[in-house]
This record gives sequence, C-alpha cells and structure tokens, in this order.
Amino acid sequence: MMNRKIQVQAVINGEEVEFLCEPRQSLLEVLRETLGLTGTKEGCNNGNCGACNVILDGALVNACLVLAVEINGRTVTTIEGIATARGLHPLQEKFIAHAALQCGFCTPGFIVASKALLDQNPTPSENEVRQWLAGNLCRCTGYDRIVRAVMDAAQAQEDIS
Amino acid sequence: MQAFDYVSAGSVKEVVSLLASNNGRARLLSGGTDLLVQLRENRRTAELLIDVKNIPELFAIHYDSQSGLWLGAAASCHSICQDRFVLEHYPGLVDAIQLIGGVQIQYRASVGGNLCNASPAADSIPALIVHEAVCLIANQDGRREIPVEHFCTAPGKNAMESGEFLVAVKVPPSPANFGSHYLRFIPRNEMDIAVVGAGAAVTLDDTKRNVLSARIALGAVAPTPLFVEEAGAFLAGKEITPENLHEAAVIAQAAARPISDLRGTAEPRKHLCAVLTRRALEKAIERAKV
Repeated sequence: MMNRKIQVQAVINGEEVEFLCEPRQSLLEVLRETLGLTGTKEGCNNGNCGACNVILDGALVNACLVLAVEINGRTVTTIEGIATARGLHPLQEKFIAHAALQCGFCTPGFIVASKALLDQNPTPSENEVRQWLAGNLCRCTGYDRIVRAVMDAAQAQEDIS
Repeated sequence: MQAFDYVSAGSVKEVVSLLASNNGRARLLSGGTDLLVQLRENRRTAELLIDVKNIPELFAIHYDSQSGLWLGAAASCHSICQDRFVLEHYPGLVDAIQLIGGVQIQYRASVGGNLCNASPAADSIPALIVHEAVCLIANQDGRREIPVEHFCTAPGKNAMESGEFLVAVKVPPSPANFGSHYLRFIPRNEMDIAVVGAGAAVTLDDTKRNVLSARIALGAVAPTPLFVEEAGAFLAGKEITPENLHEAAVIAQAAARPISDLRGTAEPRKHLCAVLTRRALEKAIERAKV
C-alpha cells in the first residue's frame, strides 16, 4: 500500500494536469521529474532556501515541503507560468535590467516569491521587500540588486496600471 | 524519502479511528514544515500520514468575547496573524507566531504543529503559556484538556498518548487592562531559532499603576518551554516600579536551566533571561495601559 500510486488532478500554470505519484513524493520532485517543469530548483530540500518556491492557491510555499498528493484539486503557479504570451513579466525584465543574479540558481524562487508579494502588495516598501524575501537565499548577489529589481518592477507595474 | 501512505481525513472521528487502527504507525500531517523534514532525515518514521488540515474544526480560527479564541491545530501561522480578533486581543501571540520562519513557512506551518513538535525553543509556546492557553486533545474516549505549560514533556516529546491528537488550542478572553509581549534573542535579524525567548502577560488595576496578575514564560533555557509561575506571582498586587520588574526578571532568571549548544552558551543565555523578561514585561505593561 505504501508504494501505491495516487492519481492527482490539478491546475498548473493555467493548464489542467493529471499525474500519478507516490504519497512520499514532494511536489518539487513531481514538478521536476514527472512533469518536466525543471525551472523550480532543488536547493536545500528542507525548507530553508526558497529555491523551490511555487504559488499554491495564492500562497507562497516551498515545493519541497508540500506532498504532491496534497495539490489534488488545487492551483499551482511555477516559474514557467510567470511570463505570458506577450512577453516576460516585469519582475523578469527588471531582474535582467538590474543584473539581479549571478549564478541564477536562486532566481526562479526569488521571482516566484516576489510575484506572490506584488500580487498582494503592489507597492511594497524596501523593508517589506526585504522581510518578504527573508526566506529566499542567494549566495552571489548580496541581495541589494534583487531588492532594487523588485522595487523597480513594482514601480513599472504601477506606471502601467 | 521513506515510503508511507497518505489519507486526507474529513473529521475528528475519522482521525481517532485511523489512529486506533494503525496503532502507533500513523502521524498527523498539517503544514509538514517539521514532519516532512524529519521523515526525510529519518528522524521520525511513519507508515501513514493523516492530513488533518481539511477538517473544519482543525483549520478554524474563531473568537467570541465569552469563550475566547479557538485556534484549530492545523490553522496556518499566516491565517492566524491575519485574523483581526487575534491581532486585537492577543498581541503577544502575534509577536511570537509571526517569528516562525519566513513567508513560505508561515503559509504552511501551524501553531498546533509548533506545539506538538515540542521544541524547547519553539516561539509560540511561551506566548501561549502566558495567555493561559489550553490544549484540546481528542482520543477514543472523547476529549480532554491540558494547559499548554504541561503539554511539553521533553525535547520533541509531548503529553499525548498513542491514539491521541491535538484538535485545537483554546485561549481565554483577555481581561480589561491586559497586555502581553513575546520577544527573543537571535544573532541575526530574521529566520533563526531563539537563543532565548521570553513571554510576559500582565493585567493591571484600573489606576494602571499596579499589577493585578502576571505570567512569565521562557523558551530555549530548559528541556521544555518554561512557565515561571513564581515570577508572575511576585508581581501580583505590586506597584509597577523598575525595582519590582527587575526582581521579577531575576526570579525568572533563577528558574532557567540553560545548556551550552551551537546556538549559545549557558552563561549569556542566563543573562538574557533577565534582560528579555524585563523587556517583555515593560512592553506588556505599555500595551496594558493603552
């Protein structure tokens, strides 16, 4: 029974998806290995680094700490769902413009986390950005460029709307 | 990760019967922020995970002025800290709960889980103790209650027996002229585990110059979160003076039995107990006066 596979239906990046998984498999594992969505990164695999951040029904979560069976009937946004047919999301554009990355491994997590922030707080203060991103680790940039990119993306969204 | 089966339970009754039929081999899953890490590292084992966060009683957060606050054991830290009644009536709880992890953890982790995990350094537990919170536990015979200060029995161990589980934490309504606060010392600004934590709650008289009653609890300075009843009792009936607050802090400090570990050594931890207790009291009093 413990190795039985369970059928899960969910909406991932706007598309209905169906897959089989074992109860012990994390959402991170299934995204990367079953569904081929490798933009979500495995960093620490214990909830410390934020590299695997996805948005689950509007909530920012670490995909390594969610079981894939838990997403049955729910909606997930990964880094692959951030850009639209019209082009990159303002956050992605500003990460490029500010060179807010070096090795880039943490970047999908940072962009997904920042998206979750701007979705609920379109005009965050610098302090709010830093607080919100405290659960995402970057060992290259020293964070300043990331924070500036997020602030600038918020401003850009504000200018459009 | 080790293999296990998974079921999402729909009611408290179903969980009780699943626990009985699996005789010690099942564990409850709420946010999973402790459990999944422990299973992955083989620090705990399970053959069945019972997901309890879809049971209405377990995700509910509700308040009324007579019975106080019901915190479903699986309610997320995020949802608790967004609740306007919690924000209004239980400031010390909010101080503590919002310190647990970053946003990603806040959205998943539950206060019930923080309690059941029974870490000596758990931030929510001293705050729950000073708010006189009570654990509501279900078992085959029905339900029983344990005050939070008696719930943790050793690092990672709690007072529940096989077949029992935590349904909710109930917090009584706050009286008039009440204030509370929790704070901790960590070497960083964010995202750390307490070196020492201190919670305080006070009820003042109508002149707001004297303490009617007080409760003080410490974290990370004993094998379990520590309720220092005598420190609060000392303040009862006393005037609010720097000397009296200092004395209460010294009593709390005397009760602490810190060890030296990778987060801090015993001597500075002992020192911190007095400093943090005094600061927790000062802030709680400031809030009680508003």
